[in-house]
Amino acid sequence: MPEQLYWEDIEMGAEITPLVKIATTQMLVKWAGASGDFNPVHYDSAYAATTGTGQIIIHGALKRQWLIQLMTDWMGEQGTLKKFSCQYGAMDYPRHMKTMTEPLSGETWHCKGKVTKKYIEDNQHFVDCKIWLENGKGEMTTSGKATVILPARN
Amino acid sequence: MLPEEIKKLIGTSGSIRMYEVEKGPIRRFAEAVDDPNPLYQDEKYVGKSRYGSIIAPPGFFGWPIKQARGSALAIDIPPELVSALEQAGYPKSAVLDGGMEWEFYLPVRAGDTLSATTTIRNLRSRTTDTGSVIFSFLETTYHNQTGALVATQQAMYIHQSGTPLQKEPTDA
Repeated sequence: MPEQLYWEDIEMGAEITPLVKIATTQMLVKWAGASGDFNPVHYDSAYAATTGTGQIIIHGALKRQWLIQLMTDWMGEQGTLKKFSCQYGAMDYPRHMKTMTEPLSGETWHCKGKVTKKYIEDNQHFVDCKIWLENGKGEMTTSGKATVILPARN
Repeated sequence: MLPEEIKKLIGTSGSIRMYEVEKGPIRRFAEAVDDPNPLYQDEKYVGKSRYGSIIAPPGFFGWPIKQARGSALAIDIPPELVSALEQAGYPKSAVLDGGMEWEFYLPVRAGDTLSATTTIRNLRSRTTDTGSVIFSFLETTYHNQTGALVATQQAMYIHQSGTPLQKEPTDA
């Protein structure tokens, strides 16, 4: 775990430490089992080909959870995630597997964010952020907002 | 135009759903996200933290205690709305997740039993080139076994008529 972040250390416009993710078809199967979303469009190529997407797509909820991790990693153990929202702008397609454990080369995703506001309310120290997910081409495919409560030095 | 049998569902709430929050499913959920945070899995570590016991990642509300057999989706759309939409030509297979908003009040802990209630806040329809879509706006509240509010959730789903999952434009 990185060192704890304090409210005083945050500046407007500051960048949230980016989080790098790679999605594979294997991870989507894991996610299906862990989340209960068994829509075959997320793991069955033949089925996906019959739908409008044409190929396997990443679960929106998994992309959402990546952005949650972006925030919980950044705010540290003493931080509290108070609000979170996200919307999906475009589909993302996972890498297929090369071996039982390794993916083929391909796209890597980056979760990113920026501080948009910091304020104190009811003695609590808040930071608002805009957050987003970039695909391998640097296009934003998912975006949202998060509010965290951080510890203060005094 | 919103069919009358769908429109009349605005303001109604589905029945209460119960969720069990257990250590194993929390760990599996974190693993599926590839999130190694020790608060979700390391009892020794979390015991010394401000939480005292295993918590779930924000956004995990446990596993439904009762689920319809053969159901492919564990989502929060009230079954009354699902069947009204199906009858009006908006199949289950053509539902898209339009986004989610959460406000968190308390951590979800391993050992919690959560109760969730979903209210249909609004329904809107729009005609597009490829058919028509209905947007549903659903508000869900989660309470834990002590009756304390854990989180509120605002979800939006996009229900498409006819062909499922319209192709997104790609430049590939």
